[in-house]
Amino acid sequence: MTNAKSTGDATASAPARPSLRVQRTYRLAFPPVSGILRPRLVTVTTLLAVGTFLVFCWSLTIGDYPIPFTDVVRALTGSGDPGTVLVVQELRLPRSLVGLLAGIAFGVSGGLFQTMTRNPLASPDMIGLTQGAGTFVVVGIVLGWDGGLGTQTLGLLGALTTALVVYALAWRRGTTGYRIILVGIGVAWICTSATDYLVARGGRFQAQAALGWLVGNLNGRTWSDVGPLAIALAVLLPTTLLLGRLLRTLQLGDDVATGLGTRVQPVRLAVLLAGVGLIAFATAAAGPVAFVALAAPQIALRLARTAWPPTLASGLTGALMVLGSDLIARTLISGTELPVGIVTGVLGAPILLWLLVRANRAGSGG
Amino acid sequence: MTPGKRVRPLLLVAVLGAVLLGLCLLSLALGAASIPPDQVVRALFGDAPSRFVDNVIWSARVPRTALGLSAGAALGLSGALMQALTRNPLADPGILGVSAGAAFAIVLAVGVFGIGSFYGYVWFAFAGAMAASVLVYLLGGLGRSGLTPVKLALAGIAVTSLLSSFTSAIVLTDPDALNRFRFWSAGSMADQDGETVLRILPFLAVGALLALASAPALNSMALGDDVAASLGRRLGLVRLQGVMAVTLLTGAAVAVIGPVVFIGLVVPHVARVLAQMAGIGPDQRWLLPLSAVLAPILLLAADIVGRLVARPIEVQAGVIVAFIGGPFFIALVRRRKLAEV
Repeated sequence: MTNAKSTGDATASAPARPSLRVQRTYRLAFPPVSGILRPRLVTVTTLLAVGTFLVFCWSLTIGDYPIPFTDVVRALTGSGDPGTVLVVQELRLPRSLVGLLAGIAFGVSGGLFQTMTRNPLASPDMIGLTQGAGTFVVVGIVLGWDGGLGTQTLGLLGALTTALVVYALAWRRGTTGYRIILVGIGVAWICTSATDYLVARGGRFQAQAALGWLVGNLNGRTWSDVGPLAIALAVLLPTTLLLGRLLRTLQLGDDVATGLGTRVQPVRLAVLLAGVGLIAFATAAAGPVAFVALAAPQIALRLARTAWPPTLASGLTGALMVLGSDLIARTLISGTELPVGIVTGVLGAPILLWLLVRANRAGSGG
Repeated sequence: MTPGKRVRPLLLVAVLGAVLLGLCLLSLALGAASIPPDQVVRALFGDAPSRFVDNVIWSARVPRTALGLSAGAALGLSGALMQALTRNPLADPGILGVSAGAAFAIVLAVGVFGIGSFYGYVWFAFAGAMAASVLVYLLGGLGRSGLTPVKLALAGIAVTSLLSSFTSAIVLTDPDALNRFRFWSAGSMADQDGETVLRILPFLAVGALLALASAPALNSMALGDDVAASLGRRLGLVRLQGVMAVTLLTGAAVAVIGPVVFIGLVVPHVARVLAQMAGIGPDQRWLLPLSAVLAPILLLAADIVGRLVARPIEVQAGVIVAFIGGPFFIALVRRRKLAEV
């Protein structure tokens, strides 16, 4: 990656061994910027971006009052029939934007956690962050603090607190990936049973509201839901991209990473903070949408055939998953709008099982 | 063996028996309306001071205590059995997804197929528990390194979250099912009649027999699969017997008190410590019965605490157990080198 000596602006790197998985990569060296260009990754990312945009626009056409695709695209830029512009920009755009941004955040964050712990199963839903956010939000719902931005704030606080607790409890002269996972599982169970208790104790309608939030839901989102999430992504996504290189050395194992000059503990903490920030804001806005953070990075990794979950592609896959599932949830049974988390849960379950089989076969599951 | 060493196990049994008896009395006496111990004893022997006392003791507290005893013993035994079978210190019917399997199957039976009777859905619970335990065991055992604690725990939590997303898909579309589900899923022993206890007892008895009968084989298996096989144990049969026992015990317990996590985790560890103090060592013939006695102690204590901590509202026993068991789990992960037991 660092490269001062290479003279050509694009030299094909030699394939290491004859295998079907060999990929053409290019080494770039335009001082002061240098890096490796992976055409397949670029193609996949571009295709995912186009796909996400199409599904995003498609999700804007659906509703009580169907709007043709072309009108939606025109309304997005503010031109066209004023009524259509109002419906698209004020009523439908927030929902789709929350889906888009939360999907990106889930995907990127899942990729971060999986790279950091070197375990394809260690997503935020497995190590207690979403469960912690859930407990805080349900406390809010039961106590009646869920008006306005209450749910968002509590979800955010919950995820951050849980992350802090998990990290602190996993600390024993440094942390290791597996200890974070196991401590996270323990914390997740405590939070789950606290949530169960609160749901059982609350009133019937509160229980319905709580469980509705707990599966992940995009119904009735407004612009006030979009704002915090957008700001968080604007800050954290570039941070994540910058951290990417250090992160990849972590994937080689703590010892090798130290040998390569990476300061393991600070990097791990920084990655954890970025990942937690993303997941916290996304969960606050959309609820804990099941399995997206887990599956999106793994799908992206296989599409791009890289050795680690590619950050941008993971995010776009996540967005595609959330928006696509929301489309299915809204059109599957006409008249009712299922929570998006049910669809991602049901669709994500086979992916999860397959991942588990793959990870354990390859010996990387722990 | 010195004579002193033979006395200590008996002492241990006596102490545990006394504690259990005391907790049973407390469980009968305490609650929203507390009843003095002498009246409890009188009511038990058919000489209640008032109809109210008689009613409270016999129609609410006795079934509840009996349920705590039987379901607790089942969960403890099943946890101890799972830890021995998988040689894994983190095994627990809740953590390894067996309870979630039973819970999902019950929700499926009640919510989708409309089966309301206990004998109807308990079979679903067994099927669910068995499917989940086999699935988790197979998934966790894939690969070169075999059944490591982390792999098993991850397989368990993955299967659990998979099943719970199916469960919430069913529950959320049916408000009535949701209303019943939320109490049951928190793990409560309240509001059960005596008949329920009687109905699960046959299943629990068979499960307990299977579990206790496998103790000598488990002792051999602790030495490693190869040694056990050369000692004449048929590993496949022992595992099958174990899975059957876990299925019966967990399925029946979950069908009544809901998915309670961590009892099966905490209890066998305590049993091992106590057994060591009594000079018995890690002998499954002692550890399994000890777990079956310790688990009801924990569950009854949790239930009593749950009744008292926020009177007159009750905190479900499952929640209290999780708040005791969760920190225990974390301490275990931090302290021990997670080698195989």
